[in-house]
Amino acid sequence: MIKKECIIVGGGPAGLCAASMALAAGCEVLLVERSAKLGGQLIKQTHKFFGSKNQYAKWRGFDIAEKLISEIIDHPKLTVLLNTTVVGLYKDQVITVLCGQDYTRYQGDALLVATGASEKFLAFENNDLPGVYGAGAIQTLMNIYGVLPGKNVVMVGSGNIGLIVSYQLIQAGAFVSTIVEAAPIIGGYKVHASKLVRLGTKILTSTTIKKAIGKDHIESVEIISLDENFKEIADSSRIIACDALCVSVGLSPMHHLLSMIGAQTKYIPELGGFVPLIDNRFQTSLPAIFAVGDCVGIEEASAAMMEGFLGGLYLSEFLDKKHPDHNQLIEKYEKELFLLRDGPFGKKTKDGLRKMEDAKQHVE
Amino acid sequence: MLNKDGVAAPEQIVSLFPDRQALIKPKAILECFEEIPCNPCSTSCPVNAIEIGDNINDKPQLHVDVCTGCGICIFSCPGLAIMVAQLRDDKAVFRVPYELLPLPVKGVLWHGVDRNGDIICDALIENISFTKRQDRTAILTVVVDAAYLHQFSTVRVKEHE
Repeated sequence: MIKKECIIVGGGPAGLCAASMALAAGCEVLLVERSAKLGGQLIKQTHKFFGSKNQYAKWRGFDIAEKLISEIIDHPKLTVLLNTTVVGLYKDQVITVLCGQDYTRYQGDALLVATGASEKFLAFENNDLPGVYGAGAIQTLMNIYGVLPGKNVVMVGSGNIGLIVSYQLIQAGAFVSTIVEAAPIIGGYKVHASKLVRLGTKILTSTTIKKAIGKDHIESVEIISLDENFKEIADSSRIIACDALCVSVGLSPMHHLLSMIGAQTKYIPELGGFVPLIDNRFQTSLPAIFAVGDCVGIEEASAAMMEGFLGGLYLSEFLDKKHPDHNQLIEKYEKELFLLRDGPFGKKTKDGLRKMEDAKQHVE
Repeated sequence: MLNKDGVAAPEQIVSLFPDRQALIKPKAILECFEEIPCNPCSTSCPVNAIEIGDNINDKPQLHVDVCTGCGICIFSCPGLAIMVAQLRDDKAVFRVPYELLPLPVKGVLWHGVDRNGDIICDALIENISFTKRQDRTAILTVVVDAAYLHQFSTVRVKEHE
């Protein structure tokens, strides 16, 4: 078993920011990443980011990843494991990792989980037909491998991911004829929606997908209107031709490693599903184990970065390696996080965090 | 309706435009109707004409008299929600962000498109700016008939006839 001072699971925006703070505080860091590249979902984000300067607003996502990586990658106290999956988390911060056929154990004095989220999917007839994709898969195909998944696409879901991926599809040369959204209003930022509509995309709210149609590959979809109770309206279905369908209906926090070791979790719909309970220092119910980013509640990457910085600072403090500017930095990033959540789009997260507070009191 | 189909109501759009007298000079039009946590338009403005304040969720306010129409906000807005408009005789001259390929060439005639995505007029591409600072967001200078001042939103390539 190999001992490390601090282990960070996940090299996305939250994990990278946590690593950068822990390194700056003088900790030795092992950063474990499942894929071949650091950066998580940031490397697929070709659009300019929202937020303010401290979240790299107006930078494109993949450039933010580049920047975060370049700031830490040559640090002598950093070890990065790529193509390496953490398959087990055990007592005393022991992890087992799998890289190819090699299976290794590591132990950290402290461990931070930044595993992000996985995509939700939708049940409908023929949802396994070739040509039906999740939004993440489409982004991976297009923006990492340069493969266009279709020329005439229908999108299911009008959250920011659905809207942004639609825009990226248009930039890649596809036509996105229609976005269907079951809710009565568009989920994501209206500036994204307006940008698509002026390029010729129609957004249909109170509408959902009924089935995918095609023999060997998707050829069209049947969509149907919904009433205010999300019930199908009779005789309102129609067929739209397409050669690809993208499902973008939200994300679930990847809490599984923490559940495996018995960290307390709770189902909080506002945060995306089951999430580990964390205190105001991002510490889970298990001593020495922290969690940040989408795995403790679905938000934008901007929030994940701020949580990453904070988690890295608290982790270092826990290891008696307080960053020299600990207090000022905590104050700065707490304020940033507060501001990100202070508008109407932050309400859901704030409601979710209140439920988490209530759950913790109940547990104690 | 903006919430339902992504198209702002005509009166919402008209409310963004200063009067015709002010539009003799170029002015920014901020199509940002929603409280989202975002402030690069404000922090990038060299003359402090766009105000958001401490709460980055607040909507941007334009000080029309201060705005020089320089267009830095056009490529700074991550939502591509800002254009610069100006009236020149019987023409409306716009600078709009554009992130699709192919980029037009100077002098070509493209379609002018409204906020519903419908073609409404001819649009002369007067200039293209694609500097490093714009970070891969081109800015097109487009001339359309002044009658389309409140309708014009972007351009679309004309398919070969």
